Amino acid sequence: MRASINGEERDVRRGTTLFDLLQQLGIAMRGVAVARNDRVIGRAQLADEQIEEGDRIEIIRAVAGG
Amino acid sequence: MKNEELKIGEYTFGSRLIVGTGKYPSLDVMQAAHEASGAEMVTVAIRRIHLDDPSGKTLIDYIDRAKFRILPNTAGCYSAKDAILTAQLAREALETDLIKLEVIGDAQTLHPDAGETIAAAEELVKQGFTVLPYVGDDPVACKRLEEVGCAAVMPLAAPIGSGLGVCNRYSIAIIKERARVPVIVDAGVGTASDAAIAMELGVDALLMNTGIAAAKDPVRMASAMRHAVLAGREAYLAGRMTRRLYANASSPMQDLISSGHDG
Repeated sequence: MRASINGEERDVRRGTTLFDLLQQLGIAMRGVAVARNDRVIGRAQLADEQIEEGDRIEIIRAVAGG
Repeated sequence: MKNEELKIGEYTFGSRLIVGTGKYPSLDVMQAAHEASGAEMVTVAIRRIHLDDPSGKTLIDYIDRAKFRILPNTAGCYSAKDAILTAQLAREALETDLIKLEVIGDAQTLHPDAGETIAAAEELVKQGFTVLPYVGDDPVACKRLEEVGCAAVMPLAAPIGSGLGVCNRYSIAIIKERARVPVIVDAGVGTASDAAIAMELGVDALLMNTGIAAAKDPVRMASAMRHAVLAGREAYLAGRMTRRLYANASSPMQDLISSGHDG
């Protein structure tokens, strides 16, 4: 199925959780946050949230700025 | 007047200088500049992770959180909705309720959108954030932000990244006189004298990024800014002399010596 991850359309296997997705992408959890369809998902809940068709996932971190 | 610590919401700071993390020639220079500035809080931006390059050393590895609080910003947001989501993500990622709220209304001037900023501030305060909004030098907008519960107001002194110095000292003075929350001048300071001028107006703190990061020697400029903020604050607390149009001698005019000329 398809989901949008940081604005990119990607294939995601059915049953994949947000936690699985971060692992597949090689993203360490420190300093990272995830939103699914404009709702922030706490790190403790990432393993409970399965990605669904058409989801919009944002994965962010801090970068240099003023 | 006593030089008390700066209180923003629940947080207390010994330094009245807040510095950015953007535009430095390298992260090592940034780290040295942060040290030299004496600041106790640094700003960061929030962005999407690049999916093709998700690992590697990141910005927060260069910030010692035992020394510096992190103030995430919502820079780049043009709507209250985007700013609120960015703030929520920042809180989750960085485990802080502090947020520098920035809702831009115009790409060329980077002036804030007052309406969207106030709407976002009200919602973020309800959600338990300590909100520090970037705002124009508008005393009414500053009052509204205070009324919705912001922990400080952060009027600009000149456009972001312009280094033009304090272009609006009377507006800043009015905002400070009327505010019941700390006033932090955010944006416009280009060199040490600008920082001293801003602090002499009585504002509570300064936030700067480009003024330090874009100097030829950012570490030395960070040190200059540290001293300028201290000097400006001390001068404000000391209370300056009254200006006068004509000279007034500093040495006594009595008991002057006379040479033996004829007369």
